[in-house]
Amino acid sequence: MNIVVCIKQVPETTEVRINPETNTLMREGVKSIINPFDMYAIEEAIRLKEKFGGKVSVVTMGPPQAEAALREAISMGADEGFLVCGREFAGSDTWATSYTLAGAIKKIGGFDLIICGKQASDGDTAQVGPGISTHLNIPQVTYVKKIEEAGDKTMKVERMLEEGYEIIETPLPALLTVVKEINEPRIPSLRGLMKAKSAKVTTFTQKELQLDPQQIGLCGSPTQVVKIFTPTPRVGGQMLKGEIPDIAKQLVDLVKDEVN
Amino acid sequence: MDYLLTDEQKMIRDLAHKIAEEKIRPAAAKYDISEEYPWDVLKVMAESDMFGLFIPEEYGGLGTNVMNLCLATEEFSRACGGIAVCYAASALGTFPIVLFGNDEQKKKYLPDLAKGKKVAAFAITEPEAGSDASAIKTTAKKEGEYYILNGLKHFITNGGDAETYVVIAMTNKEKGARGASAFIVEKGTPGFTFGKKEDKFGIRASSTRELIFADCKIPAKNLLAKEGMGFIVTMRTFDMSRPGVAAQALGIAQGALELAVKYTRERIQFGKPISSFQGIQWMIADMATKVEAARGLVYSTARMVDAGCKDISKESAMAKMYASDVAMEVTVDALQLFGGYGYMKDYPIEKYVRDAKITQIYEGTNQVQRGIIALQIIKELAKK
Repeated sequence: MNIVVCIKQVPETTEVRINPETNTLMREGVKSIINPFDMYAIEEAIRLKEKFGGKVSVVTMGPPQAEAALREAISMGADEGFLVCGREFAGSDTWATSYTLAGAIKKIGGFDLIICGKQASDGDTAQVGPGISTHLNIPQVTYVKKIEEAGDKTMKVERMLEEGYEIIETPLPALLTVVKEINEPRIPSLRGLMKAKSAKVTTFTQKELQLDPQQIGLCGSPTQVVKIFTPTPRVGGQMLKGEIPDIAKQLVDLVKDEVN
Repeated sequence: MDYLLTDEQKMIRDLAHKIAEEKIRPAAAKYDISEEYPWDVLKVMAESDMFGLFIPEEYGGLGTNVMNLCLATEEFSRACGGIAVCYAASALGTFPIVLFGNDEQKKKYLPDLAKGKKVAAFAITEPEAGSDASAIKTTAKKEGEYYILNGLKHFITNGGDAETYVVIAMTNKEKGARGASAFIVEKGTPGFTFGKKEDKFGIRASSTRELIFADCKIPAKNLLAKEGMGFIVTMRTFDMSRPGVAAQALGIAQGALELAVKYTRERIQFGKPISSFQGIQWMIADMATKVEAARGLVYSTARMVDAGCKDISKESAMAKMYASDVAMEVTVDALQLFGGYGYMKDYPIEKYVRDAKITQIYEGTNQVQRGIIALQIIKELAKK
């Protein structure tokens, strides 16, 4: 089974701060990591490979330093890495990103399955996975928490919902986005790390991909970020005391005051 | 301080650090209380090839390298001295086979140890033979193609959980120290059983048991090196493993120091973090300097071993003695910095004091180490 995993390099969330004056992310000196949800995607792909054979290809779009994320995935057991990189792609929103990644995946070719993390920890949109499947015109199953059966032509998975789960059977090739309940990502081995150091990472630029220039980068992005701001911290609530009818009355009065 | 580690050494240290933070630290308190053997953590170490660090490549390892072993042990010990010693004690049990095993013995035992499928242990100590190793009473009597082992080993780290044991026994009592021999004994051999598991002050995640040999029949081909080489095997093994114990002590000290400094920045007294008080700052400065000095000694010794230097007994002893004394001083001071909270089991620091203490005792008490150092210095001077 040949699997493509889409990953994103993100700032380590615990360390991100917002500049209160400019309202932009302060990325200086912040460590970059693989989006935590993508770690589950990588792990699941490697497990499927270990079970059924085949190959795991990892693809990301980002600046040259995103190559480190690909090498980390290779150290865990992925076979090859593809970096989509170039000024033309800068400023992509989820539409342009999924269009571009779909183009890269077509170029890689020969896949049975695409796995993505359910969303990225920085943007939190959860749109890129579904976007890729739409651009590739293949089925998608989001929020997968378990792969029940994997055959040559179909796959049966459990899809996590807020109140329970669905079991969905999908023809292959398909795209899955996975949630953290699906597995526990492994720690790489020393041999894996050594292999990753010298593994070949292929870079795709617009020259190789030949995508529609109107659909990539900033000009291919319908989303425009107008403003980023830090929400004002929530102040402590007020506990109402007394018998329930009293509390109800107090509450009504408070709401009235607030409205007025 | 920059020790100019190679990229490979940094990779090993960083991976060990990751294992320590993600798998060891969260489990440390649990195993300290339960005294269960931390198989799940050892499995992660195994899958990450950590057990390959002390085994030659031709037998499935990544090359025997004491510096690499020290880097890994230090990182593991930062998070838990007990779990780290399960790992380091396997190296101790493996070294005699690496150093003195013949090809057949190496092929049979090392690949599984390199993969961490099996854990090893080294057994010399007996109830009446601690520092005086020549007083061991366990005997190995040759009968045809077998040796028959009889006797009792105690305080054996990884005892009961290890699969592969290197056991020192007397093959010729009359010859004293030169009558001892080293044997590989597999768990499950008839006549080889385990006694009580010790209830310890520290390093409680590791297992310490008695090994009982009652007419235990082992194949003669399990003899390591030759008859009478038992103490040479032991000495050479300890020369290799002492930097590892030193690294364990160093890691415990480093871990305690980090926790203490973090705490002093958080603990507010008299309206300020206590780290702003000079009395506290001077303690931190002394602790950190001692840890760094210990690290310098440990790494230098490890590098000497790897460079193939002979006569490393003195340096090996210095590293072990100094790092473990530092571990004891620094952990006690770290607890002091935590004040009353540090004395409570709800805080992680008291465990560091308990884990540190053993490093002054095992693999040669620090008094024995001082003896080795002094003797060597006097010998060196006499030669001039």
